[in-house]
Amino acid sequence: MNPLIKSILSPEFGFAILRVMTPLLFPALGVAISSLSGATNIALEGIMIVSACAGVLVSAFTHSLILSLAAGLAAGIALAALLGYFHLKLKADIILAAIALNMFAAGISIVFLFLFTGDKGSTSSLKSQLFPAVQIPLLDRIPVLGPILSGHNVLTYGALVSVFLYWLIIFKTPLGLRIRAVGQNPDAAQSVGINVNRTRMYALLLSGFFGALGGLYLCMGYVSWFARNITAGRGFIAIAAATLGGNMPLGTFLSSLLFGAVNALANYLAPLKVPSEFIQMIPYLATAIALAIYAAQAMRKRRGKIKEHAPGGAS
Amino acid sequence: VERFVLKYFNLIRTIIAILIGLVISVFLIYLVSKDPAFSLKQFLLGPFLSRGRFSNMIETTSPILFCGLAIAVAFQARQFNVGAEGSLYLGAVVGTAFAVSTRLPFFLHIPLVLLVAAAVGAAWNFIPGILKAKWKASELVSSLMMNYIAYFLGLYLINFHFRDKKAGYLVSLQLPQTAWLEQFIPDTRMHWGIVLSLVFAVLVYLFLYHSTTGYEVRMTGFNEKFARFGGIRVSRVVILSQVILGLIAGVGGMTEVMGIHHRFNWQSSPGYGWDGVVVAIIGRNHPLLIIAASFFLSYMRVGGQVLTLMSDVPAEMVTVIQSIIILLITAEAFLSRWRYGITVRETARKEAAR
Repeated sequence: MNPLIKSILSPEFGFAILRVMTPLLFPALGVAISSLSGATNIALEGIMIVSACAGVLVSAFTHSLILSLAAGLAAGIALAALLGYFHLKLKADIILAAIALNMFAAGISIVFLFLFTGDKGSTSSLKSQLFPAVQIPLLDRIPVLGPILSGHNVLTYGALVSVFLYWLIIFKTPLGLRIRAVGQNPDAAQSVGINVNRTRMYALLLSGFFGALGGLYLCMGYVSWFARNITAGRGFIAIAAATLGGNMPLGTFLSSLLFGAVNALANYLAPLKVPSEFIQMIPYLATAIALAIYAAQAMRKRRGKIKEHAPGGAS
Repeated sequence: VERFVLKYFNLIRTIIAILIGLVISVFLIYLVSKDPAFSLKQFLLGPFLSRGRFSNMIETTSPILFCGLAIAVAFQARQFNVGAEGSLYLGAVVGTAFAVSTRLPFFLHIPLVLLVAAAVGAAWNFIPGILKAKWKASELVSSLMMNYIAYFLGLYLINFHFRDKKAGYLVSLQLPQTAWLEQFIPDTRMHWGIVLSLVFAVLVYLFLYHSTTGYEVRMTGFNEKFARFGGIRVSRVVILSQVILGLIAGVGGMTEVMGIHHRFNWQSSPGYGWDGVVVAIIGRNHPLLIIAASFFLSYMRVGGQVLTLMSDVPAEMVTVIQSIIILLITAEAFLSRWRYGITVRETARKEAAR
């Protein structure tokens, strides 16, 4: 059998998919919950950067995982709060404000890095701690499934739990109901006494929470340092993943899984005699193509519905 | 005074935002630097202190201005396409490829090379445009992805097909002299591309404010439903505005190659496309204001470079400041109370006069 196909069919590949998916799934959930509330957060790239940077710096200086987790979450949620403040209170266009905050994050992280390390490139000189990997008892003894599912970083399981958490929030809590109501029709929600801005703020804070976890995983699990441009557009791919998943928990999970699989495949193709530029291009190309196909499908569905509702009517 | 404030409110608001940004930068420098007075002087005055830096400031204005104009056309139509970076990069790559593989007299070579870069840039952003117009796919996400794809594609083309193997690092072959934009002031690198960027600013101004299509672009951005109702073919405007974006950015990228280094040497994406977004916002999408905004950003950039070289403050500080400035400018409600107060008083005065 072709060695490439052999390695793709191996359990290690399944393991790699979950590993690569984690830093996409977290921000995708963040985009999804903010989109549901009608204020799509495209600043996940920046949120991941600031939380990763905060996490690594705190970890290097305190050697405490709990503290760096707290610092990362605080930084990510603070940036989301800033976005909420500018969009909801100061009436900035959310897209422009998010673009500004993404730049802000990229700049401020380097300034802080420099402040603490005197190094403008990366913190590879700093020793960052890692979130631990977890062997799941019993599960790790099952053939095939065991090596795929067991032994992941604790945050990878955190991501899977977050999918469930997200489902719980939006379908089983009053806040979730309000978020969905505000997203579908803010005026109607307002008329029954829901505070639209406050609900959106909560949704944005939650998106900051998910994004922060993604950033922390990236620098304290996926790799163990912080570097300029470490997110490599994952916060933007996450927007496509959430869109593809219809902002729903399972859908977002599946589309993140798809993008994770494509990225993992790209890593496996590296030894082939294809110029590396093409392999590095794959995740972005796949995202663009998936987005186009999804949009075309959605449009067809909408057109179908219009015809159903107005049989023989002029359009 | 108050009437004056009301009339130029947006301009004054922008200036206040910039001043706040500068105050924060002073604060940041005091926080970071061991010799803040020296660093501050380097940052604020550095760009004017030597001929080289001053000309550097003028040179850097040109690609930023091109990208700002490009982004402004799309933003005026409310298309949040941020694909200037990709069009600039790929336009410059393919333009370079064309330039090094053709031999023509300069009066044909220069326009043809620019035309190729423009066509590539335009074609590249046609894709997000058509995806949006046909299927309502988010132009923001698709243009972002196109930026990454353009970068890797461009890198591949230079690396495998047009690389100068004699050079120690990844650069393209040198352009034949017939495709150079002349540097017209001795001892500087100021080239005709700078003049061309100013010409483009005027052209974009005329297009947006004195042509029917430009009116349609602005109307679509102002209120899409109304525009459709008024008989404007909105999907055509959606595509066109993004194609024009790509076209201008492609030309901007190529003039940099033709005017400064005479070979393609961007191993990483230069980021002018993002600067374009910044100046489009600061200049509120008005081509002539964008000229001033580009100069200002270029001043900050060169100031940042001076800081990195001469002091202990990283150039990224400039990124922080510029993001704060555009945050304040996009915040509609920022200073709106002030305006509200003035409006109320003005009206009261008019009522009293009656």
